[in-house]
Amino acid sequence: MTVASATLTPQQYLTRLTRWRVIEVLFWLSLLLPYVLFPDYLALASQIAITALFALSLDLILGYAGIVSLGHAAFFGLGAYTAGILSKYGWGEPITGLIAASIVAGAVGYATSFVIARFRHLALIMLTMGFGLLLGELANSAGGLTGGVDGLQGINTWPLLGVFTFGLFAKTAYGYSLCVLFLVFLFARRLIHSPFGLALRGIRENAIRMPAIGAPSRAHIQLIYTISAAIAGIAGALLAQTTETVSLDSLSFERSAELLVMLVLGGAGRLYGGLIGAAIFMIARDQFSGIAPQYWYFWIGVLLVLVVMVLPNGVLGGLAKLAAPWRRK
Amino acid sequence: MLPPVIGVLFDGFAYGMLLFLLSVGQSVTLGMMNFINLAHCSFAMVGGYVTAILMNRYGWPFFATLPLAFVISAAVSVLFERTLYRRLYRATDLDQVLLTIGIVFISVAAMAYFFTTAQQPIQLPSYLRGSVRFKGIDFAVYRILLIVLALAITVILVWSLEYTRFGAKVRAAVDNQRMASGLGINVDGTFAITFALGSGLAGLGGALAINIVGLDPSFAFTYLVYVLIVVSVGGLGSISGSFVAAALLGISDIAGKYYVPQIGAFLIYLVMISLLMWRPTGLFGRR
Repeated sequence: MTVASATLTPQQYLTRLTRWRVIEVLFWLSLLLPYVLFPDYLALASQIAITALFALSLDLILGYAGIVSLGHAAFFGLGAYTAGILSKYGWGEPITGLIAASIVAGAVGYATSFVIARFRHLALIMLTMGFGLLLGELANSAGGLTGGVDGLQGINTWPLLGVFTFGLFAKTAYGYSLCVLFLVFLFARRLIHSPFGLALRGIRENAIRMPAIGAPSRAHIQLIYTISAAIAGIAGALLAQTTETVSLDSLSFERSAELLVMLVLGGAGRLYGGLIGAAIFMIARDQFSGIAPQYWYFWIGVLLVLVVMVLPNGVLGGLAKLAAPWRRK
Repeated sequence: MLPPVIGVLFDGFAYGMLLFLLSVGQSVTLGMMNFINLAHCSFAMVGGYVTAILMNRYGWPFFATLPLAFVISAAVSVLFERTLYRRLYRATDLDQVLLTIGIVFISVAAMAYFFTTAQQPIQLPSYLRGSVRFKGIDFAVYRILLIVLALAITVILVWSLEYTRFGAKVRAAVDNQRMASGLGINVDGTFAITFALGSGLAGLGGALAINIVGLDPSFAFTYLVYVLIVVSVGGLGSISGSFVAAALLGISDIAGKYYVPQIGAFLIYLVMISLLMWRPTGLFGRR
């Protein structure tokens, strides 16, 4: 890499990263296969696409900017409740619902980003966790609006584009979730391969040195945190619209922790890390929970310890390491 | 109006003392190694289960189980420290968080597997169940015991940190780890002992907590939040900080639930966030 990059200008380096590779195209095309191969599992596939989108949003702040968040479910829940409440009170149009959810989540993300950008290490982890818990309590006590522990009932999502109804077999739900995931992914991909994305990686590696070379770390962190919150809000809204229910669970600490697990399992700091991690995690949960629901967490725990000890860059990092000698030759 | 105020203060203080026992070890070890250990309450849970099992299955008296809760929690924690934790002292925050969350998940599932997810109630001896009447206010004997125990432990801790050779080593390591090892102090060994002591105290706290907050496998998660609040608000490595923070948190939690039940835990998180924004290193933190 050092030999090759020495002859590249920064522009050429970034342009080279943005080029689509064959395997990426194949990956996205393969996501259409569930329609043919597993028509009974489209509901699960739709959930996976939504979770992957959520994981992508965490990847932007954790994998690229190095902000460890234990409360990212707050934005997911905000988006879910925004879309859900809008729909319950008479506006069930899905796409504008998504936009409203992303605006609300993004606005709260922007408001909290002023605090987030000032801290690191334990204080940062505590603050993100605190915001998450705070919002969870808020949703719990505002039972009149959110339905409290019973969850938000009575959501009615209108047909997508006025044509495709959300039926029992989740055909529309999967297509819708997949399209949104792909569009947001394109945006994230563009963002990460821009000079801004490069600056984010610089912040991750050394937050003190970046301002010294003229990059405004705090402004960058604020921007990416807001974007990430908005994307998490979209993911939450998708879940609310496709399942037509929202529970307090969507804001919980466990959801934030699970999300971290997925992302790290797939490989943080890689665009496809969150997608792969979410798919492995959700499919494994679907398979294992049938056998022993309450012991599922045992295996997540074992997985986490193993990932940290054996596979520090996740599944994709491990694969890249295996593939590295091949690529050089 | 006055008696409820005193009653709430008393209950809150007793609760705070419980939180202090649970979190003081975390504070010192975090200050020493900068290691974010989210599994601290899992060790506390181990202590709780030791007491519950010994009392319910083998009929041990309550007080006889407490030393064992301390010892077994400490032993289990040292096992983890030597095999897993020590490899990650130089790792990133993220790796530490992930490893210890993994351990929390494992411990919760393991306890559910061995002892079911049901509550584990214990039958206290009769002399701990009543209450003492003083100037027309009832003070529960068990809560008095909690306060006395916690105060005694605080005195012992402060004394041993200030006046013993081991305490001097710990303080040196908290202040400046590299300098301390440069002076020939075995930081690694000192840390292992401190870690064991801290987890042992958490185990004791877990055993004492059964009668106040109950015990089931979710304990490790529920009280993790409280412990982290105490530690981050009190300041890393500060025993007096943890003491003040735990007392404040206990009193405000009980008072909040008593006077404004509809807000619930909301108040605590709000107080924590504002305190952290005001002083990111905690009330008594130096770094």
